[in-house]
Amino acid sequence: MSAVEEPPQLHRKLRHIAIAGNPNCGKSTIFNALTGLRQKVGNYPGVTVERKVGRFRGIHGEPMSLLDLPGSYSLQVRAPDEAVSRDVLLGREAGMPPLDAVIAVVDASNLERNLYLVAQLLDLNLPMVVVLNMVDMAEKAGIHIDVEALEAELGVPVIPVVATQGKGLLALKTALSRESLPQPAHRPPMPELIEREVRLLAEKLPAKPRVAFPEALLLLTLHDRVLEDLAEHNPETVDAVHAAQERLRAAGIDPLCALVEARYEWINTVYANTVRKPAKRKGLSFSDRMDRFLTHRIWGWVVFLGAMTLMFLSIFTLAQIPMDWIDAGIHALAGWLGHHLPPSQVRDLLVDGVIPGVGGVLIFLPQIMILYFFLGLLEDSGYMARAAFMMDRFMSMVGLHGKSFIPLLSSFACAIPGIMAARTVENRQDRIATILVAPLMSCSARIPVYTLMIAVLLPGTSALVKAGMMLGLYLLGIVTAFLVAWFFKKTFLKSETSMLLLELPPYRKPSLRSVALCMKERAGLFVTRAGTVILSLSILLWALVTYPKPATPDTSRADAMAQSYAGRMGRVIEPAIRPLGYDWKIGVGLISSFAAREVFVGTMAIVYNIDGAEKDAGSPTLRDTMRSELRPDGTPVFTPLVCIGLMVFYVLAMQCIGTVAVVHRETNSWRWPVIQIALLTTLAWVGAFAVFQGGHLLGFH
Amino acid sequence: MNRPASRHPAPGVSLATLGARQLARITGFDLPPERRARLLEMGLTTGAEIQMIRVAPLGDPIEIEVRGYRLSLRKREARGIRVACL
Repeated sequence: MSAVEEPPQLHRKLRHIAIAGNPNCGKSTIFNALTGLRQKVGNYPGVTVERKVGRFRGIHGEPMSLLDLPGSYSLQVRAPDEAVSRDVLLGREAGMPPLDAVIAVVDASNLERNLYLVAQLLDLNLPMVVVLNMVDMAEKAGIHIDVEALEAELGVPVIPVVATQGKGLLALKTALSRESLPQPAHRPPMPELIEREVRLLAEKLPAKPRVAFPEALLLLTLHDRVLEDLAEHNPETVDAVHAAQERLRAAGIDPLCALVEARYEWINTVYANTVRKPAKRKGLSFSDRMDRFLTHRIWGWVVFLGAMTLMFLSIFTLAQIPMDWIDAGIHALAGWLGHHLPPSQVRDLLVDGVIPGVGGVLIFLPQIMILYFFLGLLEDSGYMARAAFMMDRFMSMVGLHGKSFIPLLSSFACAIPGIMAARTVENRQDRIATILVAPLMSCSARIPVYTLMIAVLLPGTSALVKAGMMLGLYLLGIVTAFLVAWFFKKTFLKSETSMLLLELPPYRKPSLRSVALCMKERAGLFVTRAGTVILSLSILLWALVTYPKPATPDTSRADAMAQSYAGRMGRVIEPAIRPLGYDWKIGVGLISSFAAREVFVGTMAIVYNIDGAEKDAGSPTLRDTMRSELRPDGTPVFTPLVCIGLMVFYVLAMQCIGTVAVVHRETNSWRWPVIQIALLTTLAWVGAFAVFQGGHLLGFH
Repeated sequence: MNRPASRHPAPGVSLATLGARQLARITGFDLPPERRARLLEMGLTTGAEIQMIRVAPLGDPIEIEVRGYRLSLRKREARGIRVACL
């Protein structure tokens, strides 16, 4: 159309577009369909909100940059963290160009509530296109939407789309490629008294005219805690806002509540004028019939436990196959390099430091991919919301949220994806509490340590007893996690406004494409965020156990270890761990496994001079050597109390540098990772101390 | 409507008392403005029609239908929502 008249240079100017929408409206599907694999995921500077940007081209090849705003029911700011979307939309987020347009995605089968966000977006006075997604589902439910009437009511273009089938995307691209993107024809009405106050306030703000009105509107609805922060601590602005709020309250108006009510009144009219809906159906919908079973008092739990069991069986058995391949590949590569490279420090670094370090990261990828495959399926199908619905009562006993359940569950595979999954918990205090206790869920990296210590404690006992011990260790972690969460929610992370508002979307067939994209994205984040740290620390630890080199080349590995930096550090920390019944050799194990717990087994093998194939956690050689190890006074080192104490230590201790890195990223501070390390290490020490000294007092040894 | 329940109770019964499949209309709130605003934003406005769907297996939270979608909230909030049965 108008493209012909346009000067060509306008064509090439990059357009910045943001895409906003409620959770479950299909926003990610549209984002993925437009941008394909050209996506970049990161964080906004200074906050923990994820920032996802993709590129695509308009119908004439115009370059467009698409920013995915966090899915949300409202733009209302209740914590400083939530201000990002508003800041981006108002064009004042540092380092972000002002937006040329915003796409508002709405779910056609759930139009009423979805229009609330649209009403808020219209108040921002930005060029806007409304995408009416899932029109096929709406039609199937008998909901008929008059698109032209809706365009007239909203004052912006409305484009019907079925994103999963790619229908309507061309029309969307066409709308975004128009040479000028018009601003909304009108905005939803608001109570007269409020409008007057907003105008008064807008005049006092230093912001640009287009931004001043929405900015004033935002400030007026804030409560004090957030207001100071968002008014940039400008006392004049804060005073003006307070005065306006006081005047409204004196007139019996709570600014936010009155605004929301006015918006919904407008929505009622828009909805009545544009939507034809069948009279309420008598029968049960498909989702209802599913829920009768899936949230049933008995069957609900059977399915729930079944689904969780299937997920963990897959993580621990199915993943074993590619994990063995990776393990074999890493060993083969290290062996080949060790054989073909001339002996040098560089070879040792590569063969003993870098390659096992890379292997240590890659080995967890299959588990993480399978975990995300299941989480993606559960989320996309709508079952995840039901799991949170069923678990909320249980989680709320310790002050957590139904949604905290999934991050904690994921942490049984690995705390890193678990902590990343905590993003679904909206309330910041709840989210931090979840992150804080996630490492107490026994992850798969603890299994080798548990296996070894159970074997040392009870050699040749029945599998049933071993499984029982294992279960006990898992339970210890779970109970401690709940106690810690309860304590923090009662003290430092107390939140008044924490409430459950959980949408239960209709069940739908999960899209394998979006599950696959999610797996790819999360695996990439794992490698970049945790992997790089694990790798660098593995190299550092390799250096600690290797240097200084022994004077004579025929020194045994155990003796070389003894006089290495790590060995010396083991002796340095010995006084701190002696009350737990540990000697310096165990100390070396603790230090070397600070990066990753499973390294403990390998270190023990080196300390006790066991070679090659015999150094597995299940190997009888390592077990028997450890069992026969004696102290200078002739008593055994690994008494039952020491073994149990060590297991307790590994249940509770933070020993995982990848987790530290991810907690730092996800909380955007060093405060929480430092608190977490201090807390969990103290708990671990106290736990092991209680076992060892308490056991002695009770007459065990 | 902003005041504590003891002085100015809103009319109707509490949402938490409804039986499964019962239809009702919201008549008011006994909740502080911050909590009320959260519920309003989810479409639970005065005059909105709602239906009790079910209670979670452990007795809390509840599931309701409002404005054509399903929402789960805890009984603690539901007790502050006044409704008139239809």
